[in-house]
Amino acid sequence: MTALAIEATGLVKSYGDTRAVDGVDLAVPRGSVYGVLGPNGAGKTTTIRMLATLIRPDAGSARVLGHDIVSEADAVRAAVSLTGQLASVDEDLTGRENLVLLGRLLGLRWAPAKARAAELLDAFGLTEAATKLVKHYSGGMRRRLDIAASIVVTPELMFLDEPTTGLDPRSRNQVWDIIRALVAEGTTILLCTQYLEEADQLAEGIAVIDRGKVIAEGTPGQLKASVGSNTLHVRLLDPDQRPQAEQVLAHDLGTVTLEADPSALSAACSNADSGAEVVARLAGSGVAIAAFSLGQPSLDEVFLALTGHPAEQAPGEHDPINEGNPA
Amino acid sequence: MSTQPAAHVAATAADEAAVRRAISSTPRPPKAGPVSAALTFAWRGMLKVRHVPEQLLDVTITPVMFVLMFTYIFGGAVSGSTGEYRDYLVPGILVMSVLFTTVYSGVALNTDLTKGVVDRFRSLPIWRPAPLLGSMLGDTVRYVVAGIVIILVGVILGFRPDGGAGGAVAALALVVVSAFGLSWVFTTIGLLLRSPSAVLNAGFMGIFPLTFLSNVFVEPTTLPGPLEAFVNVNPISILADASRGLMAGNAQASDIAVVLAVAVVLTAVFAPLTTRLYRKS
Repeated sequence: MTALAIEATGLVKSYGDTRAVDGVDLAVPRGSVYGVLGPNGAGKTTTIRMLATLIRPDAGSARVLGHDIVSEADAVRAAVSLTGQLASVDEDLTGRENLVLLGRLLGLRWAPAKARAAELLDAFGLTEAATKLVKHYSGGMRRRLDIAASIVVTPELMFLDEPTTGLDPRSRNQVWDIIRALVAEGTTILLCTQYLEEADQLAEGIAVIDRGKVIAEGTPGQLKASVGSNTLHVRLLDPDQRPQAEQVLAHDLGTVTLEADPSALSAACSNADSGAEVVARLAGSGVAIAAFSLGQPSLDEVFLALTGHPAEQAPGEHDPINEGNPA
Repeated sequence: MSTQPAAHVAATAADEAAVRRAISSTPRPPKAGPVSAALTFAWRGMLKVRHVPEQLLDVTITPVMFVLMFTYIFGGAVSGSTGEYRDYLVPGILVMSVLFTTVYSGVALNTDLTKGVVDRFRSLPIWRPAPLLGSMLGDTVRYVVAGIVIILVGVILGFRPDGGAGGAVAALALVVVSAFGLSWVFTTIGLLLRSPSAVLNAGFMGIFPLTFLSNVFVEPTTLPGPLEAFVNVNPISILADASRGLMAGNAQASDIAVVLAVAVVLTAVFAPLTTRLYRKS
């Protein structure tokens, strides 16, 4: 049993003249969430499709859970599951039928497949919608069903491709809760996302990918540190203490912004440590803090810092999956 | 208003515990066998017939209208009496109806491909041809339904073939076997074209003229020479002849042999082609 869940070296995949993936190396440890962060068209989906054995790499190699993705594709398929960018469920079937279908395909008999479907529908809050056709589901419901479908038989490794893109904040939080629960039970997750916040919330390690290449790697903290400036947000229990808090912050950090919320204020700080020290001093000075956070630089800021160009989708670099029938 | 968020928080918390239970409760079952996987895909196809019955209606209503219109409008002119023409037409329309249905095998496959669901199927540890073979089996049920509808309409209009029920069943079986062979052509097209409607158009552009240039509607002896020659070698004509023969109880073994051979050849050529395209898509 190797320590790494995914070990990829020099993966390349071209579509026509476009090198969608141009030499990607990945080392993903077992039992954690590993984030692959990048804008649309960076090559995230193509990388996932190679690792999930859907397409063969043009060059390079990868081992998933110790199995080669080309020569031992069956062994890989038996241990992973994929939740694609397009919801990978059948719209013309009901939610229950989708789960029973996958249970059967994964080797369950009819009765256990039905029982498993009922259990998952219940756990994912879809019991009421069980007999509705999936095409009538909301985006959040569809996403939850999609993830439920991926764990009909609990996989050792799960590929999640932009699981919260297009979801409202509440649905997004539900999906995050599910991901945390999966990891707590020992599943390794490769999470592709466009959102730094999502990677930061969930992932222990992150690879930033741009134009088919990994351009930075590290923990969320290292990544943000390399970007530089954070914003410290503080909310007070008592709005009357704001002037006092403003003094402390202004002394340590300089310019303080008073927010529209009468109990909130914020200030730019160079790193997390200085932010933490200020919060400690604030608490020590008798100000009652309701909440504080170090604001995240946006993906755009990360990209600007790492690549010198904004995270825009260059023409001709779409992920092929977005272009309808790839055949 | 204020109770709403609180209720939601409680629900989410319960969810998370349930989710964790659900995750930890599954030992991995042994892999699904090839037959079981294919049958599961056939079951999926039949569920779709139930949820999207319009598709089946489309391909059955047109032939039913053809039977009615041709029998009562042209029957007298073509055969001298509507009854005589009906007896000639019904076994032919059975062929047309079921062959038209095969186009939808390609449409359904293309529809699957344009959605994400095929990605999931292809990432499962199942026998590779199972999704294709299973859908084809499910489609066979569709062919049988389309065929039975036409035979029933014929019977309602007074069609009483000499071969009896046995002959009708044999004719239906032969037509369904042919349809199975032909459907591989349309699944290949379904994997080559970009949208379901393109598959539908291309499919009917092929099957429609080919059906009219057969003996489904009129005896080829009435046609100009070169056309008659083409109609006589058109496999659809031979299938229609075999269908008439089986229903009338006087089928020619050579017709049946040719029909089966065509089905085998189509399957041998286009099934591997479909499988390969499906793998690469």
